[in-house]
Amino acid sequence: MGDTTQAGEEQKQISQKMPKATRDAYGETLLELGRKRSDIVALDADLSCSTKTGKFAKEFPDRFFNIGIAEQDMVGTAAGLALAGKVPFASTFAVFETGRAWDQIRLVVCYSNTNVKLVATHGGITVGEDGASHQALEDIALMRALPNMTVIVPADAAETVSVINAVADYKGPVYVRLGRAKVPYVVPDDYQFTLGKAFVFHIGKDANIVAAGIMVDMAKKAAEILSREGIDTGVINMSTIKPLDEETLLRVAESSKLIVTAEEHSIVGGLGGAVCEFVSENCPVTVKRIGTLDTFGCSGDPDALLALHGLTTGNIVDTIKAFFKK
Amino acid sequence: MSVITKGKITDIQELTSIAKRIRIKILHMLTQSGSGHTGGSLSAADVAVAIYFSKMKFNPDNPKWEERDRFIMSKGHAAPLLYAIMAEAGYFPGETLDYLRKIESPLQGHPCCKKLPGIEVSTGSLGQGLSVANGMALGLRLDKNPARIFCIMGDGETQEGQVWEAAMTAAHYKIDTLCAVVDNNELQIDGPVEEVMGIEPVHDKWAAFGWHVIDVDGHDMEEILRALDEAERTKGKPTVIIAKTTKGKGVSFFEDKVEYHGVAPSREEFDKAVKEINNG
Repeated sequence: MGDTTQAGEEQKQISQKMPKATRDAYGETLLELGRKRSDIVALDADLSCSTKTGKFAKEFPDRFFNIGIAEQDMVGTAAGLALAGKVPFASTFAVFETGRAWDQIRLVVCYSNTNVKLVATHGGITVGEDGASHQALEDIALMRALPNMTVIVPADAAETVSVINAVADYKGPVYVRLGRAKVPYVVPDDYQFTLGKAFVFHIGKDANIVAAGIMVDMAKKAAEILSREGIDTGVINMSTIKPLDEETLLRVAESSKLIVTAEEHSIVGGLGGAVCEFVSENCPVTVKRIGTLDTFGCSGDPDALLALHGLTTGNIVDTIKAFFKK
Repeated sequence: MSVITKGKITDIQELTSIAKRIRIKILHMLTQSGSGHTGGSLSAADVAVAIYFSKMKFNPDNPKWEERDRFIMSKGHAAPLLYAIMAEAGYFPGETLDYLRKIESPLQGHPCCKKLPGIEVSTGSLGQGLSVANGMALGLRLDKNPARIFCIMGDGETQEGQVWEAAMTAAHYKIDTLCAVVDNNELQIDGPVEEVMGIEPVHDKWAAFGWHVIDVDGHDMEEILRALDEAERTKGKPTVIIAKTTKGKGVSFFEDKVEYHGVAPSREEFDKAVKEINNG
């Protein structure tokens, strides 16, 4: 794998642009890809306005297939398109994409190893007011359990652009989890995503936060606070959750007294689970998992929901401080 | 090159004798493996033989040949039927059939496209083949590739909701390169289909979903060939052939016996069955 640190330890220029939803970046990147490559096709299940595949649909109606409210059929159709040599991007909300069509993903995407890109939006609790039925908090666990599947959770709009371009070139099943809400930019402007490689902002001597998605921004803020208070805290953007960047994780585990995982997902089976599985077998170190507990979400303002579930900078800070006070 | 082209075999006698060989191969495989699905492999045999040997173009030496017609066995438990046909067509040596369901065999209990070239997509979890067939057809259409897609489903399989999602999609996108077959043997594991979960009126359901529907006796080779021709001529909508079949067809003591859905013949049953098929 070589050196897994992509940008070294120094802080690089990070875009000062206004926060942007990862789904918006997806819609634009898919359209760009469509202009460059005739083998790119897109599918949706009646949510193209929300998932932003609508942009692609408008310019390439012949290469866009709205399957209606039928996620199982959408996934099967995507597999067929892949078997005919196309590179299908199939999108809907994360709950429906991974849950409603799980057996289809298992059989005709993963087991058949077809070149299907499942790009789901509205992952996590920040779906907000729609409530628990629409808040995917188990999707990463569901996808991670499937052989042949690659699972990616970009941290911001810039990383999403890079991820979508990378998965278009990669041959095999991929699940990309995007969000509904606008998120601040966190990766450096010159960052290029490499599949299976974590981005290391800094490795801390005391604690390290391994984060994904919207939690990377909070992890960075938490690390700043903690480092000012004398707890040297690192931040790793583990955007590829499967395959896990084991080399980087081992390096992190070896240099930490504590790893905190942070994700907008259940603490069961997601990034936290993946990190625990690897670390416990290879370099046991205490891991604290921050995510939603074994529970469903509820309606509410996204920020209020994040606070309710402890998905905050403050909770990361408190978790790490509590460990070092012992 | 063993390219088998469309219309290669139209002789009813010849197709009938191929179907006999296929049935014997199926029984041989199942007896050898000691497990597998007898009833539904035998019921769909005549339709599958007609599709492969009278209609489809394919090249066993180049299973990924772009111009090939595609076949999806959506009722994946009829894998023995598909394997017997593929061996007959020359995809692999006949001896491989001895390894049905054995460890590390390309002949998995249900078809696996990663283990056996010539299988288009893995099946086994019911109700999924038609969606994949649609996707293939849409992809080929974009490339202006006129290849056709055949997809065999079980009648019990159509209890799966996804089948009807796919039925809508095929009609919505006017996929006329697709010919689906419902192997209407009227039995499923727990008993008669109409008792477990009624699916009638089968013809009217498919018609209501926008399909061209053809009813045939699924063991009458002439009727099957006529239906396949009609499907090919039908433009602007997908075609489904509702094949009235007999589960376990060809072996009197398996016919219409629900208990032979997922049970392999014993050695004695095999010997008796082969005699019956040869005399039939």
